[in-house]
Amino acid sequence: MKPAPFAYARAKSLDDVFDKLDAHGDQARLLAGGQSLIATLNLRLSTPSLLLDINGLAELRGIKVESNTLRIGALTRHAELGADPLVARHAPLLAEAVPHIAHAAIRNRGTIGGSVAFADPAAELPACMLALEATIVAQGRGGERRIAADDFFKGLYETDLRDGELIVALEIPLPAAGQRSALIELARRHGDYAIVGLAALVRPGVARLAWFGVGGTPLRSLLAEAAFAHGDLAAAQDALAQDLDPPGDLHGPPQFRLHLARVLLGRAFAKLKG
Amino acid sequence: MQHAIDISVTVNGERVQARVEPRTHLIDFLRETLDLTGSHAGCEHGVCGACSILVDGQMVRGCLMLAVQADGASVQTIEGLTESGAIAALQEAFVARNALQCGFCTPGMLVAAAELLRAHPAPTREQVREGISGNYCRCTGYHAIVDAVIDAAATMRKG
Repeated sequence: MKPAPFAYARAKSLDDVFDKLDAHGDQARLLAGGQSLIATLNLRLSTPSLLLDINGLAELRGIKVESNTLRIGALTRHAELGADPLVARHAPLLAEAVPHIAHAAIRNRGTIGGSVAFADPAAELPACMLALEATIVAQGRGGERRIAADDFFKGLYETDLRDGELIVALEIPLPAAGQRSALIELARRHGDYAIVGLAALVRPGVARLAWFGVGGTPLRSLLAEAAFAHGDLAAAQDALAQDLDPPGDLHGPPQFRLHLARVLLGRAFAKLKG
Repeated sequence: MQHAIDISVTVNGERVQARVEPRTHLIDFLRETLDLTGSHAGCEHGVCGACSILVDGQMVRGCLMLAVQADGASVQTIEGLTESGAIAALQEAFVARNALQCGFCTPGMLVAAAELLRAHPAPTREQVREGISGNYCRCTGYHAIVDAVIDAAATMRKG
């Protein structure tokens, strides 16, 4: 399928982005990696009048450590994320997630900012943001707004981003002492969206279990986290029935997903014990 | 044509200037404007991998990138890769192993296999399967393709 006609412009600066978003409102779409957007254009699920290409904005690139955080520019492509030494050292969960994201050709183009802004509930990186206690750094004409990942994902493909804002970076706290993480998922074929996936982070007394593919948003399982943090796997697995309310679909009924979530939690437990 | 945009792209080593409609996919620009029909357009929403090409040396989906985005870039299609001999060992192994039947997926499959072998010169069968997981083949059942990639890797290691 071919997209409906649209105009195309390359953003020259963030101010240029804000100007064009002001002028075109809902009719403008930001083009980052385009690996979801262009597919939806092709299927004419989306028919914007303007595609605003932000790939030339140097201020959205780069990965660096600033005081106590790892700051990842929104335009960082998945392949770059997976190969970056700072990411491997300070946020190994992200490096572990990258090979699970679609396929090599997609990873060469797709961006972390795009993935988080799109907020696909079955995608890896939004769940990683939850597990890692990331801060989503958004910018609009009024300046910067910093949003905790826990407050960012509002509903199916719905985020806390406001009209006229874009994600400029993701900030991840440097790991605390004794912190470990794991990402595991079950998919029918390599590179498919996960049927159920788990991004898990633990440190003494704390567990953050962020699930993907089990609801309308990436989501945490607070009851299971409490039990998991105390090393009680069985109680954590039992608690998932209260924490999660997964949908049924072609893959199977809700009970099937819940069962797979328990299985993944067991595997994560074994992995995180070391 | 809505707000056509002038682009300058290097395609298989040759500089090309063109005026394109923003909605034109890179794969359609290559196939229909430049008549480089070796790389195929299949599903047109990023699933089948038939349109895999190289942009600035990296494999991309030609249906998930617009021609306007390739302005200033260097693009290699299956024609360019064939002419340079970069994938000759893979092509020979595909023939020897019967790794194609209808051949629709083959140009994309070769690009994916070449990208895999750059990162993993001695891949396991499992790694080959992962490497081609984004490329659909409806004829072979994949076994012969995996055989061919493994064979080509061995040939290439011998240099």
